[in-house]
Amino acid sequence: MTGLLEVDNLSKRFGGFVALEGISLSVRRGERVGLIGPNGSGKSTLVNCICGTLQNETGSVHFDGHTLNGASAHQRTRRGLARTFQLPRPFASLCLADNMRIPLLYSVATRERHSAGDIEDRCLDLLRQVGLDDKARRLPRELTQVEMRKLELARAMASEPKLLIADESMAGLTHSEIEDILTLLNRLNEQGVTIILIEHIMRAVMSFSQRLVVLVSGRKIADGEPETVVRDPEVERAYLGQ
Amino acid sequence: MRSDLFLLVCLAVGGVVFAAAMTLGNDYYFFAGYVVLQYVVLSTAWNVLGGYCGYVNFGSAAFFAVGAYATVAIHRFHPMPIPFLVAIAGIASGVVGLGMGYLTLRLRGAFFAIATLALAVVLETLTVNWDYVGGSRGAYIVRPEAIAPFGSYIRYLFLIMLLIAIGAITIARLIERSRLGLGFATIRDDELAAEASGVPTLRLKLIATTISGALMGMAGAPFPYYIGFLQPSSVFGLDYAINSIAMPLIGGTTSWVGPLLGAVLLGSLQQIATVTISSAVNLLIVGFLLVGFVIVAPNGIIGLIHKYVQHRPDILIGRRRIAADAPGPTP
Repeated sequence: MTGLLEVDNLSKRFGGFVALEGISLSVRRGERVGLIGPNGSGKSTLVNCICGTLQNETGSVHFDGHTLNGASAHQRTRRGLARTFQLPRPFASLCLADNMRIPLLYSVATRERHSAGDIEDRCLDLLRQVGLDDKARRLPRELTQVEMRKLELARAMASEPKLLIADESMAGLTHSEIEDILTLLNRLNEQGVTIILIEHIMRAVMSFSQRLVVLVSGRKIADGEPETVVRDPEVERAYLGQ
Repeated sequence: MRSDLFLLVCLAVGGVVFAAAMTLGNDYYFFAGYVVLQYVVLSTAWNVLGGYCGYVNFGSAAFFAVGAYATVAIHRFHPMPIPFLVAIAGIASGVVGLGMGYLTLRLRGAFFAIATLALAVVLETLTVNWDYVGGSRGAYIVRPEAIAPFGSYIRYLFLIMLLIAIGAITIARLIERSRLGLGFATIRDDELAAEASGVPTLRLKLIATTISGALMGMAGAPFPYYIGFLQPSSVFGLDYAINSIAMPLIGGTTSWVGPLLGAVLLGSLQQIATVTISSAVNLLIVGFLLVGFVIVAPNGIIGLIHKYVQHRPDILIGRRRIAADAPGPTP
């Protein structure tokens, strides 16, 4: 167990439907991993099992030297495992600054003490990093779709994670907006945050990832260098058909 | 405003209210005022769970009844001063609240509301069959004629309810401005996202059901002394469940001001209707007002005021600030 995240033989079924079957995955500290796969291949289910939103039936998840089996989602977040949701889920009745305040108060503050002034500064600083600081007192419903995704990312960053899982943060964005988000993720990675990027936009995944993992129908079919993985016949078949 | 200062202001306002009622000298005002204050406590308590966390409780009457019947049971066992009864009733109904929270942890929306309604039915059945507190026959609590230095006993009861109301409002305001209140708001908005941000949603829900239940029970504790004869139907009635939902909704659920406004307005209106028209018209008034507000002002009176006075969403949602010394909002 050397990696930051160790997923071992994880399976998840919904009734008779097998969503994930025997997934094993290891992510090193500081790595940038891309996770791809066709729609319905189980990417989001895997994220949900890793983050505790769903409980897996078999297999185990180790994170940063702890086993996470049975731990609730908030305990995992406090351990340093943050995720964004595929569709942004902001706290609709709280202003943007308060959206940032939640992980700071409930996650970061459980590890170390902060003064109220500190936390206020951190909120604005996080919003500044995603370019939303001028809207700190606005409500999420006043934001555009792009801004909403940035807010989602900033809130995940606010919990000061060791591992950030970005679940389709770029779907529906323009080229320059994708660049914005990639720059942000790269900057985070330089600061030492390990990142798993789930994405359909191949250009973004290929430029970002050091390693590519491919899921098809709940099974892992490839794991390795991005250039090698995309030329893998099995991956080509899954994406393009025979 | 700091919380201790707020409490002092509340106590001062309470003192003025009490002094004004004493000057009027007519005991009727105390009888009517008591009911209004009782609704202030009930709707404030309801709002802790319903407004802050977004969990609609249809079983307010059950918690109120637990408080009232705790008084009857203790009174039969060994009569005690009312402040003690209020404390014990608060503990008893707080425990019931915690139990309800545990049983309904996985329920949301309509399912949660139905479960709370079921709780009221179960507790009513138990009470009807519990002979020690009178069962379906009811129980008499003989209220002393007078108590020094207030004169008639109703003035004393009024003062107690006034203090409970002040306590409830102070607690509600404290929650609203704390880390706890911010956590409650995330439960209302999106539980999955809350968990993903590190909020222990299950524990927070239990805290909310306990506080809400305890406050409702405290409101019920002096009730047997007020009414003199307590039977299950007088506390498990629909009035309490409906009023404690309608009042916060009409006032506005996002801040402590809403339930207070709603309870004072609606409660007074009901008291006036009782003496001028008939006591049966009460729920009709509530019904009409509720329908009207849902259509015209879904965010209650508070929402209506903010909509017309100033467009400032940060005030509308009740700026939740953890520390009073944090820097002011940026424009």
